[in-house]
Amino acid sequence: MSLELINVGYIVAAVLFIFGLKMLGSPATAVRGNWLSAWAMLIAVVVTLLDKSIVSYEWIIVGVLIGTVIGAVAAQKVQMTAMPEMVALFNGSGGLSSLLVGWAALHDGGDSLFILITVALSILIGGMTFSGSLIAYGKLAEVMTSRAIVFSAQRLVNALILVGIVVSAVLFCMDPATDSIWLYVLVGLSLLFGVMAVIPIGGADMPVVISLLNSYSGLAACAAGFAINNNILIVAGSLVGAAGIILTNIMCKAMNRSLANVLFSGFGAVKTATKVEGEVKPITAEDAFLILESAASVTFVPGYGMAVAQAQHVVRELGELLEANGAEVTYAIHPVAGRMPGHMNVLLAEANVPYDQLVEMDDINPRMNNIDVAVVIGANDVVNPAARNDENSPIYGMPIINVDHARTVFVLKRSMASGFSGVDNPLFFGENTRMLFGDAKQSIANLVAEFKS
Amino acid sequence: MEAIFLAFILMLSIFLGFELISKVPATLHTPLMSGANAVSGITMVGALLSAGNANEISTVLGCLAVIFATVNVVGGYMVTNRMLAMFKKKDAAKSTGGKA
Repeated sequence: MSLELINVGYIVAAVLFIFGLKMLGSPATAVRGNWLSAWAMLIAVVVTLLDKSIVSYEWIIVGVLIGTVIGAVAAQKVQMTAMPEMVALFNGSGGLSSLLVGWAALHDGGDSLFILITVALSILIGGMTFSGSLIAYGKLAEVMTSRAIVFSAQRLVNALILVGIVVSAVLFCMDPATDSIWLYVLVGLSLLFGVMAVIPIGGADMPVVISLLNSYSGLAACAAGFAINNNILIVAGSLVGAAGIILTNIMCKAMNRSLANVLFSGFGAVKTATKVEGEVKPITAEDAFLILESAASVTFVPGYGMAVAQAQHVVRELGELLEANGAEVTYAIHPVAGRMPGHMNVLLAEANVPYDQLVEMDDINPRMNNIDVAVVIGANDVVNPAARNDENSPIYGMPIINVDHARTVFVLKRSMASGFSGVDNPLFFGENTRMLFGDAKQSIANLVAEFKS
Repeated sequence: MEAIFLAFILMLSIFLGFELISKVPATLHTPLMSGANAVSGITMVGALLSAGNANEISTVLGCLAVIFATVNVVGGYMVTNRMLAMFKKKDAAKSTGGKA
Protein backbone atom coordinates (compact mmCIF):
# COMPACT_ATOMS: atom_id res chain seq x y z
CA MET A 1 0.00 0.00 0.00
CA SER A 2 1.38 3.39 -0.85
CA LEU A 3 2.27 5.91 1.80
CA GLU A 4 -0.54 8.16 0.56
CA LEU A 5 -3.18 5.50 1.08
CA ILE A 6 -1.84 4.70 4.53
CA ASN A 7 -2.11 8.35 5.46
CA VAL A 8 -5.67 8.46 4.16
CA GLY A 9 -6.36 5.62 6.59
CA TYR A 10 -4.76 7.69 9.34
CA ILE A 11 -7.02 10.62 8.51
CA VAL A 12 -10.08 8.39 8.89
CA ALA A 13 -8.69 7.10 12.19
CA ALA A 14 -8.04 10.65 13.42
CA VAL A 15 -11.63 11.68 12.63
CA LEU A 16 -12.98 8.66 14.51
CA PHE A 17 -10.70 9.35 17.49
CA ILE A 18 -12.00 12.90 17.65
CA PHE A 19 -15.66 11.88 17.48
CA GLY A 20 -15.01 9.06 19.93
CA LEU A 21 -13.52 11.39 22.54
CA LYS A 22 -16.29 13.91 21.96
CA MET A 23 -18.94 11.26 22.57
CA LEU A 24 -17.19 10.10 25.75
CA GLY A 25 -18.32 13.44 27.17
CA SER A 26 -21.96 12.46 27.71
CA PRO A 27 -23.33 9.38 29.52
CA ALA A 28 -25.84 8.74 26.74
CA THR A 29 -23.23 8.46 23.97
CA ALA A 30 -20.16 7.34 25.89
CA VAL A 31 -20.40 3.63 25.06
CA ARG A 32 -20.58 4.36 21.33
CA GLY A 33 -17.77 6.88 21.70
CA ASN A 34 -15.51 4.26 23.17
CA TRP A 35 -16.34 1.88 20.33
CA LEU A 36 -15.63 4.55 17.71
CA SER A 37 -12.29 5.19 19.30
CA ALA A 38 -11.53 1.45 19.32
CA TRP A 39 -12.44 1.23 15.62
CA ALA A 40 -10.11 4.15 14.97
CA MET A 41 -7.32 2.24 16.65
CA LEU A 42 -8.06 -0.86 14.61
CA ILE A 43 -8.03 1.10 11.35
CA ALA A 44 -4.74 2.76 12.27
CA VAL A 45 -3.19 -0.62 13.11
CA VAL A 46 -4.47 -2.39 9.99
CA VAL A 47 -3.33 0.25 7.50
CA THR A 48 0.05 0.32 9.24
CA LEU A 49 0.42 -3.43 8.74
CA LEU A 50 0.14 -2.83 4.98
CA ASP A 51 3.21 -0.60 5.04
CA LYS A 52 5.85 -2.02 2.70
CA SER A 53 8.65 -1.33 5.18
CA ILE A 54 7.27 -4.21 7.25
CA VAL A 55 9.07 -7.29 5.97
CA SER A 56 8.20 -9.88 8.58
CA TYR A 57 5.07 -10.45 10.62
CA GLU A 58 5.97 -13.25 13.01
CA TRP A 59 7.25 -11.01 15.82
CA ILE A 60 4.30 -8.71 15.36
CA ILE A 61 1.87 -11.60 15.73
CA VAL A 62 3.68 -12.90 18.82
CA GLY A 63 3.68 -9.45 20.41
CA VAL A 64 0.03 -8.73 19.64
CA LEU A 65 -1.07 -12.11 20.99
CA ILE A 66 0.83 -11.76 24.26
CA GLY A 67 -0.34 -8.18 24.73
CA THR A 68 -3.97 -9.01 23.95
CA VAL A 69 -4.08 -11.86 26.44
CA ILE A 70 -2.51 -9.79 29.24
CA GLY A 71 -4.68 -6.75 28.53
CA ALA A 72 -7.93 -8.69 28.14
CA VAL A 73 -7.45 -10.77 31.27
CA ALA A 74 -6.49 -7.73 33.34
CA ALA A 75 -9.48 -5.74 32.07
CA GLN A 76 -11.91 -8.55 32.87
CA LYS A 77 -10.54 -9.47 36.27
CA VAL A 78 -9.97 -6.05 37.81
CA GLN A 79 -12.26 -5.01 40.67
CA MET A 80 -13.88 -1.61 40.27
CA THR A 81 -12.29 -0.51 43.54
CA ALA A 82 -8.87 -1.30 42.04
CA MET A 83 -9.49 0.80 38.93
CA PRO A 84 -6.93 3.50 39.81
CA GLU A 85 -4.19 0.87 40.04
CA MET A 86 -5.25 -0.63 36.72
CA VAL A 87 -5.22 2.72 34.93
CA ALA A 88 -1.79 3.42 36.41
CA LEU A 89 -0.43 0.14 35.05
CA PHE A 90 -1.93 0.64 31.57
CA ASN A 91 -0.46 4.13 31.56
CA GLY A 92 2.97 2.82 32.43
CA SER A 93 2.65 0.18 29.74
CA GLY A 94 1.95 2.82 27.10
CA GLY A 95 4.85 4.94 28.35
CA LEU A 96 7.28 2.04 28.15
CA SER A 97 6.10 1.26 24.64
CA SER A 98 6.81 4.84 23.54
CA LEU A 99 10.26 4.65 25.08
CA LEU A 100 10.98 1.47 23.09
CA VAL A 101 9.57 2.93 19.87
CA GLY A 102 11.84 5.95 20.26
CA TRP A 103 14.80 3.72 20.94
CA ALA A 104 14.07 1.48 17.95
CA ALA A 105 13.75 4.56 15.72
CA LEU A 106 17.44 5.10 16.34
CA HIS A 107 18.21 1.80 14.62
CA ASP A 108 16.07 2.14 11.55
CA GLY A 109 15.54 5.88 11.29
CA GLY A 110 18.00 8.47 10.12
CA ASP A 111 20.35 10.33 12.40
CA SER A 112 19.43 13.91 11.66
CA LEU A 113 19.60 16.18 14.69
CA PHE A 114 15.82 16.54 14.67
CA ILE A 115 15.28 12.77 14.91
CA LEU A 116 17.92 12.46 17.64
CA ILE A 117 16.28 15.13 19.76
CA THR A 118 12.85 13.56 19.39
CA VAL A 119 14.28 10.12 20.20
CA ALA A 120 15.78 11.56 23.37
CA LEU A 121 12.43 13.18 24.20
CA SER A 122 10.43 9.99 23.72
CA ILE A 123 12.90 8.11 25.91
CA LEU A 124 12.66 10.79 28.59
CA ILE A 125 8.86 11.18 28.63
CA GLY A 126 8.16 7.48 28.04
CA GLY A 127 10.65 6.45 30.72
CA MET A 128 9.35 8.77 33.39
CA THR A 129 5.74 7.84 32.55
CA PHE A 130 6.63 4.18 33.00
CA SER A 131 8.52 4.38 36.29
CA GLY A 132 6.23 7.10 37.67
CA SER A 133 3.19 4.95 36.93
CA LEU A 134 4.77 1.95 38.64
CA ILE A 135 5.35 4.03 41.78
CA ALA A 136 1.79 5.36 41.57
CA TYR A 137 0.61 1.76 41.29
CA GLY A 138 2.70 0.78 44.32
CA LYS A 139 1.19 3.60 46.36
CA LEU A 140 -2.39 2.89 45.27
CA ALA A 141 -2.14 -0.85 45.80
CA GLU A 142 -0.36 -0.13 49.07
CA VAL A 143 2.53 -2.33 48.07
CA MET A 144 4.58 0.58 49.36
CA THR A 145 3.74 3.36 51.77
CA SER A 146 1.15 5.70 50.34
CA ARG A 147 2.49 8.63 52.33
CA ALA A 148 4.78 11.24 50.83
CA ILE A 149 8.40 10.11 50.92
CA VAL A 150 10.69 13.02 51.60
CA PHE A 151 14.33 13.26 52.56
CA SER A 152 16.72 16.13 53.02
CA ALA A 153 18.40 17.54 49.90
CA GLN A 154 15.61 16.05 47.78
CA ARG A 155 15.42 19.15 45.64
CA LEU A 156 19.16 19.11 45.08
CA VAL A 157 19.10 15.44 44.08
CA ASN A 158 16.24 16.06 41.65
CA ALA A 159 18.00 19.08 40.16
CA LEU A 160 21.14 16.97 39.66
CA ILE A 161 19.12 14.25 37.92
CA LEU A 162 17.59 16.87 35.61
CA VAL A 163 21.01 18.28 34.80
CA GLY A 164 22.23 14.74 34.17
CA ILE A 165 19.33 14.13 31.77
CA VAL A 166 20.06 17.29 29.79
CA VAL A 167 23.81 16.61 29.68
CA SER A 168 23.46 12.99 28.59
CA ALA A 169 20.88 13.96 25.96
CA VAL A 170 23.21 16.62 24.54
CA LEU A 171 26.22 14.30 24.55
CA PHE A 172 24.14 11.60 22.88
CA CYS A 173 22.95 13.96 20.15
CA MET A 174 26.53 15.13 19.50
CA ASP A 175 27.85 11.60 19.08
CA PRO A 176 24.90 9.48 18.03
CA ALA A 177 26.03 5.86 18.11
CA THR A 178 23.28 3.28 18.54
CA ASP A 179 25.24 1.79 21.43
CA SER A 180 26.26 5.14 22.88
CA ILE A 181 26.85 4.96 26.63
CA TRP A 182 24.93 8.24 26.93
CA LEU A 183 21.85 6.58 25.52
CA TYR A 184 21.83 4.10 28.40
CA VAL A 185 22.55 6.84 30.91
CA LEU A 186 19.59 8.77 29.51
CA VAL A 187 17.28 5.76 29.83
CA GLY A 188 18.41 5.12 33.41
CA LEU A 189 18.09 8.75 34.50
CA SER A 190 14.63 9.09 32.91
CA LEU A 191 13.41 6.08 34.84
CA LEU A 192 14.96 7.44 38.03
CA PHE A 193 13.36 10.84 37.44
CA GLY A 194 9.89 9.28 37.15
CA VAL A 195 10.40 7.58 40.52
CA MET A 196 11.67 10.75 42.17
CA ALA A 197 8.79 12.80 40.76
CA VAL A 198 6.08 10.59 42.26
CA ILE A 199 7.47 9.47 45.65
CA PRO A 200 7.03 12.87 47.36
CA ILE A 201 3.30 12.91 46.54
CA GLY A 202 0.91 11.67 49.21
CA GLY A 203 -1.92 9.22 48.64
CA ALA A 204 -4.65 11.85 48.91
CA ASP A 205 -3.14 13.72 45.96
CA MET A 206 -3.21 10.64 43.73
CA PRO A 207 -6.08 11.87 41.49
CA VAL A 208 -3.78 14.65 40.31
CA VAL A 209 -0.85 12.33 39.70
CA ILE A 210 -2.90 9.78 37.77
CA SER A 211 -4.28 12.51 35.52
CA LEU A 212 -0.84 13.96 34.97
CA LEU A 213 0.71 10.58 34.12
CA ASN A 214 -2.17 10.04 31.71
CA SER A 215 -1.21 13.25 30.01
CA TYR A 216 2.45 12.21 29.90
CA SER A 217 1.63 8.89 28.24
CA GLY A 218 -0.05 10.87 25.45
CA LEU A 219 2.88 13.23 25.13
CA ALA A 220 5.25 10.24 25.03
CA ALA A 221 3.31 8.85 22.06
CA CYS A 222 3.53 12.31 20.52
CA ALA A 223 7.30 12.44 20.90
CA ALA A 224 7.58 8.96 19.40
CA GLY A 225 5.45 10.21 16.52
CA PHE A 226 8.00 12.95 15.84
CA ALA A 227 10.83 10.42 16.03
CA ILE A 228 9.32 8.15 13.38
CA ASN A 229 7.66 10.97 11.45
CA ASN A 230 4.12 9.68 11.87
CA ASN A 231 1.05 11.94 11.91
CA ILE A 232 -1.45 9.72 13.67
CA LEU A 233 0.83 9.29 16.70
CA ILE A 234 1.10 13.05 17.00
CA VAL A 235 -2.64 13.68 16.62
CA ALA A 236 -3.84 10.93 18.97
CA GLY A 237 -1.00 11.50 21.44
CA SER A 238 -1.69 15.20 21.76
CA LEU A 239 -5.43 14.63 22.19
CA VAL A 240 -4.61 12.43 25.17
CA GLY A 241 -2.05 14.92 26.41
CA ALA A 242 -4.69 17.66 26.37
CA ALA A 243 -7.30 15.45 28.06
CA GLY A 244 -4.88 14.60 30.85
CA ILE A 245 -3.97 18.25 31.40
CA ILE A 246 -7.63 19.23 31.65
CA LEU A 247 -8.37 16.53 34.23
CA THR A 248 -5.24 17.49 36.16
CA ASN A 249 -6.44 21.05 36.21
CA ILE A 250 -9.94 20.09 37.41
CA MET A 251 -8.43 18.01 40.23
CA CYS A 252 -6.12 20.84 41.30
CA LYS A 253 -8.99 23.32 41.32
CA ALA A 254 -11.06 20.94 43.45
CA MET A 255 -8.30 21.06 46.04
CA ASN A 256 -7.68 24.79 45.66
CA ARG A 257 -4.03 24.12 44.94
CA SER A 258 -1.71 24.79 42.07
CA LEU A 259 -0.13 21.92 40.20
CA ALA A 260 3.26 23.04 41.47
CA ASN A 261 1.95 22.90 45.01
CA VAL A 262 0.72 19.33 44.58
CA LEU A 263 3.93 18.17 42.93
CA PHE A 264 6.34 19.85 45.31
CA SER A 265 4.41 20.38 48.54
CA GLY A 266 5.93 17.23 50.00
CA PHE A 267 9.14 19.24 50.20
CA GLY A 268 7.76 22.24 52.00
CA ALA A 269 7.00 22.67 55.67
CA VAL A 270 3.61 21.22 56.52
CA LYS A 271 1.27 23.49 58.41
CA THR A 272 -0.43 21.97 61.40
CA ALA A 273 -4.11 22.54 61.84
CA THR A 274 -5.49 24.06 64.98
CA LYS A 275 -6.37 21.15 67.21
CA VAL A 276 -10.06 21.06 67.79
CA GLU A 277 -11.31 19.73 71.04
CA GLY A 278 -14.77 18.57 71.78
CA GLU A 279 -16.92 15.66 72.52
CA VAL A 280 -18.09 13.24 69.90
CA LYS A 281 -21.66 12.05 70.11
CA PRO A 282 -21.94 8.39 69.14
CA ILE A 283 -25.21 6.99 67.89
CA THR A 284 -26.53 3.45 67.67
CA ALA A 285 -27.94 1.88 64.52
CA GLU A 286 -31.44 1.84 66.06
CA ASP A 287 -31.41 5.59 66.78
CA ALA A 288 -29.91 6.34 63.39
CA PHE A 289 -32.69 4.32 61.80
CA LEU A 290 -35.37 6.35 63.60
CA ILE A 291 -33.91 9.60 62.30
CA LEU A 292 -33.51 8.23 58.76
CA GLU A 293 -37.03 6.88 58.76
CA SER A 294 -38.51 10.32 59.37
CA ALA A 295 -36.15 12.11 56.95
CA ALA A 296 -37.61 13.62 53.78
CA SER A 297 -34.23 14.11 52.10
CA VAL A 298 -31.04 12.12 52.55
CA THR A 299 -27.72 12.63 50.84
CA PHE A 300 -24.84 10.17 50.93
CA VAL A 301 -21.31 11.54 50.78
CA PRO A 302 -18.90 8.73 49.87
CA GLY A 303 -15.12 8.79 50.10
CA TYR A 304 -12.23 6.41 49.64
CA GLY A 305 -13.26 4.59 52.83
CA MET A 306 -16.39 3.36 51.07
CA ALA A 307 -14.21 1.75 48.42
CA VAL A 308 -11.98 0.14 51.03
CA ALA A 309 -14.98 -1.24 52.94
CA GLN A 310 -16.62 -2.36 49.64
CA ALA A 311 -19.77 -0.75 51.02
CA GLN A 312 -21.21 0.58 47.72
CA HIS A 313 -23.74 -2.25 47.30
CA VAL A 314 -25.27 -1.95 50.79
CA VAL A 315 -25.30 1.83 50.38
CA ARG A 316 -27.39 1.46 47.23
CA GLU A 317 -29.69 -0.95 49.06
CA LEU A 318 -30.18 1.54 51.90
CA GLY A 319 -30.76 4.29 49.33
CA GLU A 320 -33.53 2.27 47.68
CA LEU A 321 -35.19 1.53 51.03
CA LEU A 322 -35.12 5.23 51.88
CA GLU A 323 -36.66 6.08 48.52
CA ALA A 324 -39.37 3.48 49.05
CA ASN A 325 -39.93 5.19 52.38
CA GLY A 326 -40.61 8.45 50.54
CA ALA A 327 -37.31 10.24 51.02
CA GLU A 328 -35.46 12.04 48.27
CA VAL A 329 -32.07 10.32 47.97
CA THR A 330 -28.97 11.83 46.39
CA TYR A 331 -25.28 11.00 46.35
CA ALA A 332 -23.03 14.05 46.68
CA ILE A 333 -19.64 13.47 45.13
CA HIS A 334 -16.59 15.62 45.63
CA PRO A 335 -14.34 15.85 42.55
CA VAL A 336 -11.33 14.44 44.43
CA ALA A 337 -13.14 11.84 46.52
CA GLY A 338 -11.32 8.55 46.03
CA ARG A 339 -8.02 7.91 44.36
CA MET A 340 -8.73 8.95 40.80
CA PRO A 341 -11.05 11.41 39.05
CA GLY A 342 -14.61 10.05 39.09
CA HIS A 343 -13.65 7.04 41.23
CA MET A 344 -16.80 7.21 43.41
CA ASN A 345 -19.09 7.56 40.40
CA VAL A 346 -17.77 4.32 38.94
CA LEU A 347 -18.18 2.45 42.23
CA LEU A 348 -21.77 3.63 42.68
CA ALA A 349 -22.57 2.87 39.05
CA GLU A 350 -21.22 -0.63 39.64
CA ALA A 351 -23.66 -0.95 42.55
CA ASN A 352 -26.45 0.08 40.16
CA VAL A 353 -27.01 3.59 41.45
CA PRO A 354 -28.48 5.54 38.51
CA TYR A 355 -26.18 8.36 37.44
CA ASP A 356 -28.93 10.98 37.66
CA GLN A 357 -28.85 10.55 41.46
CA LEU A 358 -25.16 11.49 41.57
CA VAL A 359 -24.86 15.19 42.38
CA GLU A 360 -21.78 17.35 42.03
CA MET A 361 -20.47 19.45 44.89
CA ASP A 362 -21.53 22.80 43.41
CA ASP A 363 -25.10 21.58 42.93
CA ILE A 364 -25.61 20.09 46.39
CA ASN A 365 -24.05 22.84 48.52
CA PRO A 366 -26.68 25.55 47.87
CA ARG A 367 -29.45 23.20 49.01
CA MET A 368 -27.59 21.56 51.87
CA ASN A 369 -29.63 23.59 54.40
CA ASN A 370 -32.72 21.71 53.31
CA ILE A 371 -31.22 18.24 53.55
CA ASP A 372 -32.48 16.35 56.59
CA VAL A 373 -29.67 13.83 56.88
CA ALA A 374 -26.21 13.78 55.31
CA VAL A 375 -24.49 10.39 55.64
CA VAL A 376 -20.71 10.60 55.36
CA ILE A 377 -19.21 7.24 54.39
CA GLY A 378 -15.44 6.99 54.54
CA ALA A 379 -14.86 10.60 53.54
CA ASN A 380 -12.89 13.02 55.70
CA ASP A 381 -11.01 15.89 54.06
CA VAL A 382 -13.72 16.60 51.49
CA VAL A 383 -16.26 17.34 54.26
CA ASN A 384 -13.88 19.01 56.72
CA PRO A 385 -15.20 22.47 57.73
CA ALA A 386 -11.64 23.44 58.71
CA ALA A 387 -11.13 24.02 54.99
CA ARG A 388 -13.52 26.98 55.35
CA ASN A 389 -12.68 28.24 58.83
CA ASP A 390 -9.19 27.36 59.95
CA GLU A 391 -6.48 29.34 58.19
CA ASN A 392 -3.83 27.09 59.71
CA SER A 393 -5.31 23.95 58.21
CA PRO A 394 -3.26 22.40 55.38
CA ILE A 395 -6.46 22.08 53.39
CA TYR A 396 -7.62 25.67 54.08
CA GLY A 397 -9.36 27.08 51.00
CA MET A 398 -10.21 23.72 49.47
CA PRO A 399 -13.87 23.66 48.41
CA ILE A 400 -15.77 21.07 50.44
CA ILE A 401 -19.21 19.53 50.59
CA ASN A 402 -20.86 21.48 53.40
CA VAL A 403 -22.43 18.52 55.19
CA ASP A 404 -22.26 20.48 58.45
CA HIS A 405 -25.06 22.68 57.04
CA ALA A 406 -27.43 19.73 56.84
CA ARG A 407 -29.92 19.30 59.68
CA THR A 408 -28.25 16.09 60.88
CA VAL A 409 -24.94 14.54 59.86
CA PHE A 410 -24.07 10.89 60.34
CA VAL A 411 -20.37 10.15 60.10
CA LEU A 412 -19.51 6.50 59.58
CA LYS A 413 -16.08 5.86 60.94
CA ARG A 414 -14.13 2.83 62.03
CA SER A 415 -12.75 4.53 65.13
CA MET A 416 -11.61 7.96 66.25
CA ALA A 417 -8.28 7.92 64.36
CA SER A 418 -7.65 10.92 62.13
CA GLY A 419 -8.19 10.55 58.40
CA PHE A 420 -5.76 10.15 55.58
CA SER A 421 -4.00 13.49 55.72
CA GLY A 422 -4.00 13.48 59.50
CA VAL A 423 -6.15 16.59 59.59
CA ASP A 424 -8.27 17.07 62.65
CA ASN A 425 -11.82 17.37 61.59
CA PRO A 426 -14.09 19.71 63.59
CA LEU A 427 -17.07 18.11 61.84
CA PHE A 428 -16.84 15.20 64.28
CA PHE A 429 -17.56 17.56 67.17
CA GLY A 430 -20.37 19.43 65.42
CA GLU A 431 -23.60 20.15 67.26
CA ASN A 432 -25.64 18.23 64.68
CA THR A 433 -23.11 15.43 64.07
CA ARG A 434 -23.63 11.87 65.23
CA MET A 435 -20.87 9.30 64.90
CA LEU A 436 -21.78 5.80 63.83
CA PHE A 437 -18.68 3.81 64.74
CA GLY A 438 -17.72 0.53 63.13
CA ASP A 439 -16.98 -0.93 59.71
CA ALA A 440 -18.88 1.16 57.13
CA LYS A 441 -20.29 -1.86 55.33
CA GLN A 442 -21.48 -3.43 58.59
CA SER A 443 -22.98 -0.18 59.87
CA ILE A 444 -24.99 0.34 56.69
CA ALA A 445 -26.03 -3.32 56.69
CA ASN A 446 -27.33 -2.84 60.25
CA LEU A 447 -29.42 0.13 59.08
CA VAL A 448 -30.77 -1.91 56.18
CA ALA A 449 -31.69 -4.67 58.63
CA GLU A 450 -33.49 -2.13 60.83
CA PHE A 451 -35.51 -0.96 57.85
CA LYS A 452 -36.47 -4.48 56.92
CA SER A 453 -37.51 -5.55 60.39
CA MET B 1 10.32 21.98 6.89
CA GLU B 2 9.07 18.51 7.87
CA ALA B 3 9.60 19.40 11.53
CA ILE B 4 7.58 22.60 11.18
CA PHE B 5 4.79 20.70 9.45
CA LEU B 6 4.62 18.14 12.29
CA ALA B 7 4.76 20.88 14.92
CA PHE B 8 1.81 22.53 13.18
CA ILE B 9 -0.22 19.32 13.48
CA LEU B 10 0.80 19.05 17.13
CA MET B 11 -0.32 22.58 17.92
CA LEU B 12 -3.72 22.18 16.25
CA SER B 13 -4.41 18.79 17.89
CA ILE B 14 -3.63 20.09 21.35
CA PHE B 15 -6.10 22.95 20.91
CA LEU B 16 -8.65 20.52 19.54
CA GLY B 17 -8.11 18.22 22.53
CA PHE B 18 -8.75 21.06 24.98
CA GLU B 19 -11.97 21.98 23.19
CA LEU B 20 -13.19 18.38 23.05
CA ILE B 21 -12.64 17.41 26.66
CA SER B 22 -13.30 20.59 28.59
CA LYS B 23 -17.01 19.96 29.19
CA VAL B 24 -17.02 16.36 30.40
CA PRO B 25 -19.22 15.84 33.51
CA ALA B 26 -17.53 14.57 36.67
CA THR B 27 -19.47 11.30 36.45
CA LEU B 28 -17.48 10.29 33.40
CA HIS B 29 -14.01 11.31 34.53
CA THR B 30 -12.79 7.76 35.16
CA PRO B 31 -14.02 6.29 31.85
CA LEU B 32 -12.72 9.36 30.03
CA MET B 33 -9.34 8.82 31.59
CA SER B 34 -9.15 5.12 30.82
CA GLY B 35 -10.54 5.73 27.33
CA ALA B 36 -7.96 8.43 26.66
CA ASN B 37 -5.38 6.09 28.12
CA ALA B 38 -6.30 3.47 25.51
CA VAL B 39 -5.89 6.10 22.78
CA SER B 40 -2.36 6.78 23.98
CA GLY B 41 -1.69 3.16 22.99
CA ILE B 42 -1.55 4.60 19.43
CA THR B 43 2.18 4.24 19.92
CA MET B 44 1.39 0.67 18.81
CA VAL B 45 1.52 1.94 15.23
CA GLY B 46 5.14 2.91 15.76
CA ALA B 47 5.81 -0.37 17.52
CA LEU B 48 4.45 -2.37 14.56
CA LEU B 49 6.70 -0.52 12.13
CA SER B 50 9.74 -1.25 14.29
CA ALA B 51 8.85 -4.88 14.94
CA GLY B 52 8.38 -5.64 11.25
CA ASN B 53 11.61 -3.93 10.32
CA ALA B 54 14.59 -5.72 8.75
CA ASN B 55 16.97 -4.46 11.45
CA GLU B 56 17.34 -7.09 14.18
CA ILE B 57 17.72 -4.88 17.25
CA SER B 58 14.86 -2.75 16.06
CA THR B 59 12.74 -5.92 15.72
CA VAL B 60 13.45 -6.95 19.31
CA LEU B 61 12.73 -3.48 20.71
CA GLY B 62 9.69 -3.22 18.46
CA CYS B 63 8.32 -6.59 19.53
CA LEU B 64 8.55 -5.59 23.20
CA ALA B 65 6.92 -2.27 22.33
CA VAL B 66 4.11 -4.13 20.54
CA ILE B 67 3.44 -6.22 23.66
CA PHE B 68 3.21 -3.22 25.97
CA ALA B 69 1.23 -1.09 23.54
CA THR B 70 -1.25 -3.92 22.96
CA VAL B 71 -1.75 -4.34 26.70
CA ASN B 72 -2.50 -0.63 26.85
CA VAL B 73 -4.88 -0.67 23.87
CA VAL B 74 -6.81 -3.89 24.52
CA GLY B 75 -6.93 -3.49 28.29
CA GLY B 76 -7.81 0.20 28.07
CA TYR B 77 -10.74 -0.19 25.68
CA MET B 78 -12.13 -3.28 27.40
CA VAL B 79 -12.02 -1.83 30.89
CA THR B 80 -13.59 1.42 29.67
CA ASN B 81 -16.36 -0.52 28.00
CA ARG B 82 -16.93 -2.52 31.18
CA MET B 83 -17.22 0.65 33.24
CA LEU B 84 -19.49 2.46 30.81
CA ALA B 85 -21.86 -0.50 30.67
CA MET B 86 -22.54 0.12 34.38
CA PHE B 87 -23.72 3.70 33.99
CA LYS B 88 -27.50 3.66 33.81
CA LYS B 89 -30.26 6.21 34.03
CA LYS B 90 -32.81 5.88 36.77
CA ASP B 91 -35.49 3.87 34.91
CA ALA B 92 -32.96 1.56 33.30
CA ALA B 93 -31.31 0.84 36.62
CA LYS B 94 -34.63 -0.01 38.20
CA SER B 95 -35.76 -2.37 35.46
CA THR B 96 -32.59 -4.46 35.57
CA GLY B 97 -32.81 -4.65 39.34
CA GLY B 98 -29.91 -4.46 41.75
CA LYS B 99 -27.21 -7.05 41.80
CA ALA B 100 -25.46 -6.84 45.12
